[in-house]
Amino acid sequence: MSTPSPANPKTLFDKVWDAHAVRALPSGETQLFIGLHLIHEVTSPQAFAMLRDMGLRVRFPGRTFATVDHIIPTDDQSRPFSDELAEAMMTELEKNCRAQGVRFFDSASGHQGIVHVIGPEMGLTQPGMTIACGDSHTSTHGAFGAVAFGIGTSQVRDVLATQCLAMTRPKVRRIDVTGKLTPGVYAKDVILEIIRRLGVKGGVGYAYEYAGAVLEAMSLEERMTVCNMSIEGGARCGYVNPDETTVSYLRGRELAPKGAAFERAAAWWRGVASDPGASYADVVTLDGARIAPTVTFGINPGQSIAIDERVPGVMDVPDDERPGLEEALAYMELRPGQPIAGTKIDVAFIGSCTNGRISDLREAARVARTGHVARGVKALVVPGSQAVARQAEAEGLPEIFRAAGFDWREPGCSMCLAMNPDKLIGRQVCASSSNRNFKGRQGSPTGRTLLMSPVMVAAAALRGAVVDAREVL
Amino acid sequence: MPAQILRVAARACVVRGDDIDTDRIIPARFMKGITFDGLGEHAFEDDRAQAKGDHPLDKEQNRGAGILVVGRNFGCGSSREHAPQALLRWGFRAFVGGSFAEIFFGNCTSLGLPCVTLEPNDLARLMDAVEADPSQAVEIDLAAQTVTSRAGSMRCKMPEGTRKTLVEGTWNATAVLLDAGDAIEATAQRLPYVADFAA
Repeated sequence: MSTPSPANPKTLFDKVWDAHAVRALPSGETQLFIGLHLIHEVTSPQAFAMLRDMGLRVRFPGRTFATVDHIIPTDDQSRPFSDELAEAMMTELEKNCRAQGVRFFDSASGHQGIVHVIGPEMGLTQPGMTIACGDSHTSTHGAFGAVAFGIGTSQVRDVLATQCLAMTRPKVRRIDVTGKLTPGVYAKDVILEIIRRLGVKGGVGYAYEYAGAVLEAMSLEERMTVCNMSIEGGARCGYVNPDETTVSYLRGRELAPKGAAFERAAAWWRGVASDPGASYADVVTLDGARIAPTVTFGINPGQSIAIDERVPGVMDVPDDERPGLEEALAYMELRPGQPIAGTKIDVAFIGSCTNGRISDLREAARVARTGHVARGVKALVVPGSQAVARQAEAEGLPEIFRAAGFDWREPGCSMCLAMNPDKLIGRQVCASSSNRNFKGRQGSPTGRTLLMSPVMVAAAALRGAVVDAREVL
Repeated sequence: MPAQILRVAARACVVRGDDIDTDRIIPARFMKGITFDGLGEHAFEDDRAQAKGDHPLDKEQNRGAGILVVGRNFGCGSSREHAPQALLRWGFRAFVGGSFAEIFFGNCTSLGLPCVTLEPNDLARLMDAVEADPSQAVEIDLAAQTVTSRAGSMRCKMPEGTRKTLVEGTWNATAVLLDAGDAIEATAQRLPYVADFAA
C-alpha cells in the first residue's frame, strides 16, 4: 500500500478479478478461474453426484481440499458417529475424495477443523487468490487479500467440473475504520457495528474492502473475524489488503510456499494490494474509538446495540424497519427501553468460524480465570480446529476453562448452526460468539441467540446474564 | 442443454417480511442427507409450525401456487442451495420480490428459477392483489420484463446477464464453462501461485 501510485490505480478486487478472468461469457458475466476450492460434507455430496451424472471428473483435483465440520459431534468423534445421517454424510465425503483424488483433512490427519479455520492455518489461503466454498462464510478468507465468496451446490459442481464460475462483477465499497479501538473492544464489535450501520442488505451487490488504522493494526485472526461476517451485511465478499502482517502469518505455514519461492510469493502478494488513488463505488468511514462492546438483541445480525444502550422501540427506527423490529422483539421477548445488560442467559457458546481461533480462546480464558460459570448456565468452548485445540492445550487453556465450569470440546461448527448434537432446547437464550442470530439457528425452532465477542460470552457465562466484559477484564 | 425460460405463469402466494433467511426457508436439521430429496415438505417448517396453520404456504387457497411473492433481502444468510431446492420441490418455479440475497439469487439461477424484483409501490400492489384473490394467474415475462396480474402489468428487473442465461437456456453453467476449453488451463498457467511459487 506504500508503493507509488501507478498511472492506472486499481483496487485489489479488480486486480484479482482481472487476473482470474478466463473470458467474458455471452451473457455478459465473467468466467472466473477459482484458485482454491474448499469443500465440506453438507454442500458437496449432491455436487459430486451431479458430476458423476454428467460423466465428468474433477478438473483440478489439487486445487480442492476437503474437511468435515458441520455435522461432526464435539463430544465423541469416534466412528461410526452415533447419528446415522451424519455418518452417511461423512462416508460419502470420504468416498468422493478418494474417487476424485481430493485431499481430505479428516480427524486422523490432525488437520481437521472448520473449513474457514483450516484453510488459513494450513497456508492454503493466500493473497491474490480467488477462493470459493459451498458456505457463505467463505468471505473469511478475504482477510488475506483474497477474493473469497460462498457458493451453492450447483456452483460447487461447476468448480469441480471446470475450476470456474460464471459471475457478475460486484462494485467495491471501502470501509475505513479510523483511529484506535478502546480496551475491551474486539474485531467482533467492529463488524457488528459495521453491519448495524450499513444494514443487513447494505452490501448486496458489493465487495467490501475493510481498511483504515484499525484494520491495519489487527492480527490476521482479527481480520478473519471481520471478513467472516461480510455476508451478514449482504456482501458476498469482504477483504483486507495484504501487508507485512499477512506475509508473516503465512511464513512457515505447512502448505505455503517455502524458501526462495516464499519471497517471490510475498512480492506478488504485496503487489495485489489496492493502489493508492484507486477509485471505489462508495467509501464509508467509522471512528474506531467510538465502537463499544456490541450485542445483538434481535433476529438478524444488524439488530444490535452497544452494551450500555437500551433495546430500541419502533419509534426509534425508520418506517420500513418497524415490522422487522416488532417481530424481533416479540420473538426475543425483549421490551423497548430495556437495557440489554442484565438479560439472563441459559447457554454460552464460544467457537465457530467467526471466533473459534486461538486468540479468541486466549481472550475468553482471561475472563474465565476470574470466576465460575453461573449456576444453571451451560457453557461450551469449541476450538475451531485440531491445530487450535493443540495450541490451546499447550497453553493450558482447557484446564482454565474446565476449572471455571466450561465444557472443553472437540473441533467443529458445534452450536453455530446445530447440525450436530450441540443445540439449544426450547426457548433457551444463548450468548454466542458465532455469526447468526436467526430464528431457530442454534437448533431449537424457538431458541434465542445474542451475538457478541468471545470475551463478552465468557463474561455472560460467569454472570448468568449479559454484562460489560470490561468490568472483569 | 437446459430449457429456455421465457415466462412463468401460475397462481401466486405471498410471504411478507424482509430479511427472511435461508435457515427459516429450510432449517439446518433437514440438510442432513446426501441428496435434496424430500426437502419440499419441510419448506418454512418452523415458521409454519409457529403459525399453526396460518402460514401462507398452509392456506387452502394457496395450494398449487407456482410463484412466491416476497419482501426485501429474501434468502439472506446461509449459502445452502437446499433453500431454493426445498421451494422448488414445494412447487415454486419463480420468485417476485423487493430484493434477493446474492447467493440465494445465484442458486435459483442455477436451477432455472427466475428471481425478479419490483419497485416498492408495485410490489405492495401486487401483494395486496394476490392476497385479495389468490386464484388469479400471475405472469412473469422475462423477455418483456413485466409481471402481469389483476393489479396491472408492472415493469420488473433482473440483472441482464442472468436474464440472458435464462432466456437463452444457458443457466446450467457447467456446459457453458466447459466451452472455454484450454483457456481454463491457460489462465491457470498465468497465475504465479499456480505456475511459479506453488508449495
